[in-house]
Amino acid sequence: MRRAVLPLLGLLLLCGPAAAERLVVSLSNQQVAVTSNFVGENLVLFGTLEPDPGKPITAASYDLVTTIAGPPETLRTRRKERVVGIWVNVDSREFVRVPSYLAILSNRPIGDIAGPRVLRRLQIGLDNYLLTQRIGPDIADTVTNDPFRKAFVRLKEEQHLYLQSPTAVTFLTPTVFRATIPLPANAPNGTYGIDVKLFRNGELAARANTTLEVIKTGFEQYVAEAAHNDGLLYGLGTTAMALAIGWLASVVFRRD
Amino acid sequence: MQIYLPIADMPVNVFLVLAMGLAVGFLSGMFGVGGGFLMTPLLIFIGISPAVAVASVSPQITASLFTGFLNYWRRRSIDFALGTMLLLGGVGGTVVGVWLFTLLRALDQLDLAIGLAYVTLLTSVGALMIAEGVRAELRARSGRPAILRRPGSHNWLHGLPLKLRFKRSKIYVSAVPVWGIGFLIGFLSAVLGVGGGFLLVPMLIYFLRVPTATVIGTSMMLTLVTMASATIMHAATNHLVDAVLAVFLMVGGVIGAQFGAQAAHRMRDERLRLLLGLLVFGVGMRFAYDLVVSPEDLFSLRHVRAG
Repeated sequence: MRRAVLPLLGLLLLCGPAAAERLVVSLSNQQVAVTSNFVGENLVLFGTLEPDPGKPITAASYDLVTTIAGPPETLRTRRKERVVGIWVNVDSREFVRVPSYLAILSNRPIGDIAGPRVLRRLQIGLDNYLLTQRIGPDIADTVTNDPFRKAFVRLKEEQHLYLQSPTAVTFLTPTVFRATIPLPANAPNGTYGIDVKLFRNGELAARANTTLEVIKTGFEQYVAEAAHNDGLLYGLGTTAMALAIGWLASVVFRRD
Repeated sequence: MQIYLPIADMPVNVFLVLAMGLAVGFLSGMFGVGGGFLMTPLLIFIGISPAVAVASVSPQITASLFTGFLNYWRRRSIDFALGTMLLLGGVGGTVVGVWLFTLLRALDQLDLAIGLAYVTLLTSVGALMIAEGVRAELRARSGRPAILRRPGSHNWLHGLPLKLRFKRSKIYVSAVPVWGIGFLIGFLSAVLGVGGGFLLVPMLIYFLRVPTATVIGTSMMLTLVTMASATIMHAATNHLVDAVLAVFLMVGGVIGAQFGAQAAHRMRDERLRLLLGLLVFGVGMRFAYDLVVSPEDLFSLRHVRAG
């Protein structure tokens, strides 16, 4: 039975033009535990590509782009303006369910890898990634040079949560590559989707997906969860602790 | 050594936070105030969002006020009847304050409101304290004895109805201004993350003629309860109280306060008040500077709760 299927599969792989190349990827750590002393970490994604047997392998003809998107969050971008001498938030725009973390890693500048229309369609690059905003009753992305969108991306870049690096992917051999994913200390916990795209001469040749789990562990996470889930109890607890420390101090430093 | 603050959502250096607690505790012990008006701005200056700073300072002040409260209680210098009447207004003020805090945050104007309120409150109170301190200093220089201004026996506040007699403080006043003062202090403590002692003590002296023997202890009774209820309400409604941050501030604060109290013994009262005035005024000016100067970035981000 198996003997009969295998040649058939091989035949299918050879025939299917879209499946000419194959990508296999693997992460150094599938899970990242964020503890109190977490100062950020570099994760390494390894991968190999199985080239199309019909075509000669030349390193230059393959390019690789990895997009890592963190769990979605909703943020408001606010803009200040001077009103009678002082700076006031006058205007704001809500970014709905956008990635909390977004990294676009490639082996050379994405503009050199593929044409602008391909990049736009595949949402490659910070300028092309779909960032949905609430505009009146609608939810839509805006043009790349919209001031709110630009400010949003810039602020996220300053927090090291959005980045685009044309050097983070390196080919170790013509078929083996490595991508370094920088995770900052403020990376939110949740599931991160990793999308690896292989390009041959400017066209998408193969694609692979994997996920990464960032888990906040330890006391800090316990505190954060308690604060959000049992606010009242947490407040009572904090107050009780304050009273205990205050009482302790009055006993320890008693002067009579 | 770095520690991650779970609610502020940022790593900070433990020793920095402890040192801030010690420094503010020292000053609060020296001047006999809670120190919230110094701690909240300091936290904002090291990058903690104003909302989290205000909410997390509340438990810290609660701790340092409780130490003071117990000390005054042992010396029997708390007027519980007056304190209870102040509290009636105070808890109401705290409820309104937390409600306004939540509303302003939703409107993206909380940071501005905190800044503006700090500027007006601190610069005006600071200026008054400096003026008073300079006058006292000049009096001391010229060799004349300090005029113990025992306030006039009657003012318009004594015409109000609902008069009550407070035995321990030996005063007979209307309940209306007592509630009003309590309300104002409760309100400010919730919105600004200050105990309000630096405002409450002069108000009790000038408006209600509370004698010096009971004024500080009674004021601590009110601010203790308003800060404790502000902590609980901020935790329950806005989820902004960072207990990890608060613990480090508390520990630093209560230790610093002991050294501050000792340092205060070696200084004249008038000079202390002048120094406190300069400090209060300085913090107010710093806030004014931040409001007026062009910000580095006109844009800022805020998390919106899912839903």
